[in-house]
Amino acid sequence: MYLAAKVHLSDRMRKERIMAYREHAKIVKANCLATGVYEIWFETEQIAKEAKPGQFISVYSNDTARLLPRPISICRIEGNQVRIVYRVVGKGTDEFSKMQVGEYLNIQGPLGNGYEIDKILSKVQPNAEGKKKAILFGGGIGVPPMLELAKQLPCDCEVVLGYRNDELFLKNEFDEVAHVTVATEDGSVGTKGNVLDAVRACNITGDVIFACGPMPMLRAIKAYAAEQGVDAYISLEEKMACGVGACLACVCKTKEKDEHSQVHNTRICKEGPVFDAKEVEI
Amino acid sequence: MANLSVEIAGVTLKNPVMPASGTFGSGMEYSEYVDLNRLGAVVTKGVANVPWPGNPTPRIAETHSGMMNAIGLQNPGLDTFIKRDIPFLKKYDTKIIVNVCGKSEEDYVDAVEKLADQPVDLLEINISCPNVKEGGIAFGQVPASAEHITKAIKKVAKQPVIMKLSPNVTSIAEMAKAVEAGGADAISLINTLTGMKIDVNRRTFAVANKTAGVSGPAIKPIAVRMVYEAAHAVNLPIIGMGGIACAEDALEFIMAGATAVSVGTSNFHNPMTMIEVIDGIEAYMNRNGVKDIHELIGCVE
Repeated sequence: MYLAAKVHLSDRMRKERIMAYREHAKIVKANCLATGVYEIWFETEQIAKEAKPGQFISVYSNDTARLLPRPISICRIEGNQVRIVYRVVGKGTDEFSKMQVGEYLNIQGPLGNGYEIDKILSKVQPNAEGKKKAILFGGGIGVPPMLELAKQLPCDCEVVLGYRNDELFLKNEFDEVAHVTVATEDGSVGTKGNVLDAVRACNITGDVIFACGPMPMLRAIKAYAAEQGVDAYISLEEKMACGVGACLACVCKTKEKDEHSQVHNTRICKEGPVFDAKEVEI
Repeated sequence: MANLSVEIAGVTLKNPVMPASGTFGSGMEYSEYVDLNRLGAVVTKGVANVPWPGNPTPRIAETHSGMMNAIGLQNPGLDTFIKRDIPFLKKYDTKIIVNVCGKSEEDYVDAVEKLADQPVDLLEINISCPNVKEGGIAFGQVPASAEHITKAIKKVAKQPVIMKLSPNVTSIAEMAKAVEAGGADAISLINTLTGMKIDVNRRTFAVANKTAGVSGPAIKPIAVRMVYEAAHAVNLPIIGMGGIACAEDALEFIMAGATAVSVGTSNFHNPMTMIEVIDGIEAYMNRNGVKDIHELIGCVE
């Protein structure tokens, strides 16, 4: 059932805006991928058609005691389906993890800017071989959004994934589209340590970086990119209430004054969640 | 057909439903989901004479059937607001209510003066934000201060003035009387209730500001009671709010004495809430043979 209630926007407004929809979406697949990590595939009317890598959807609980949406990154877009992969961190995500195929959740999206692939790659200088190579970093529950990006990136790419242990969720799917290097905190697979330890151990180089993961990892990648002289596009997260840019809950400090806010704060849900690492103070 | 139109300080609203300040931006972000033409009014997020950066994050937390926020009135300042947000709202067939915040009497007066020749219908003055140190709340908790600031604003305001009251007071009736004495044209209530949530895993406050304003369905009975008390204390139109999620909730406020209602937190849960409330009030009236909404305003004595 398609519940999006939309005003009729002019063609001009349509072109300027990223269209977002609210849908009562059917769950067509739901699985546990690793300890505490789950996937849901939603069948959508519009959201999958409009979605691009790096965007997210707001997922609403069916229990009205939990009013606020859970913002979850899009892991895969396939036909009319959108897949999310998330970690259970509280009652809301616990509820989602118990949902069965054929049940419904309200979702809203696609939200946020996502990775503007063409725009980003046009700014990258080709390397000595005349090619452009991207390094994709995913750490922990920051791994999922890198999958759709890896599938859609039209250039060479190296994927570096960081996990806690040998539960390498989604790794086999990355293997189908790119060369993958793994780091684990406990050293059970690949390089012992974090994703940057793996990059150094394996001499991985690239001309542009995309990254999603915990804040310490993103800080380290921001520093690494500056040291290497390449641009890094990082996905941020923050607690959200509206998910559409109205409430100003999910802000991040910026280097320059933000045009919308007129202060050194930008909205992660609207101007982000993907930012040029140089532009945000993390 | 049932008549849903109401009047606030000489301004006619096509229906009594509007967003609560701070939950709807200036309408732009939600215009993809909600037809703003259907709303009685749009109440903008609080704006000050100059840009404010707001509080550190996390700024919000979920609570049982509610949430808490300490955004800290981040806003782009009136110059940007006047250039960007008012022209946007003018494209729609709805009334514009600008929520004004300040840290001092001078701030409020400056902001209200800047808005004097703007095409806005009403001003809502936020003297009740619990999340800004030395902020508006200083004026919203002491009756004499509330009366004083209302007078100062009324002296320069060209639009009718709605004073937004805090529930974090001993007597809401005394506060309502104070702003009435100061010359307020209307009142709106309630702002959020000051609360606290502790994240036991991180052993720290869930919201960086430590305290934050609680809103949502969990606080609705408190809000209805306060609207009832205020309605019996003053002869001013009241915009009632606090946890409205459906038409029945809105009708409770109206029957308690509110002329109009605001939907706040529920916009986050379901952007269509206001439309459902408008349609639901009309359906209730048709079902019960109520021809004019004024038959319901304050009908519970």
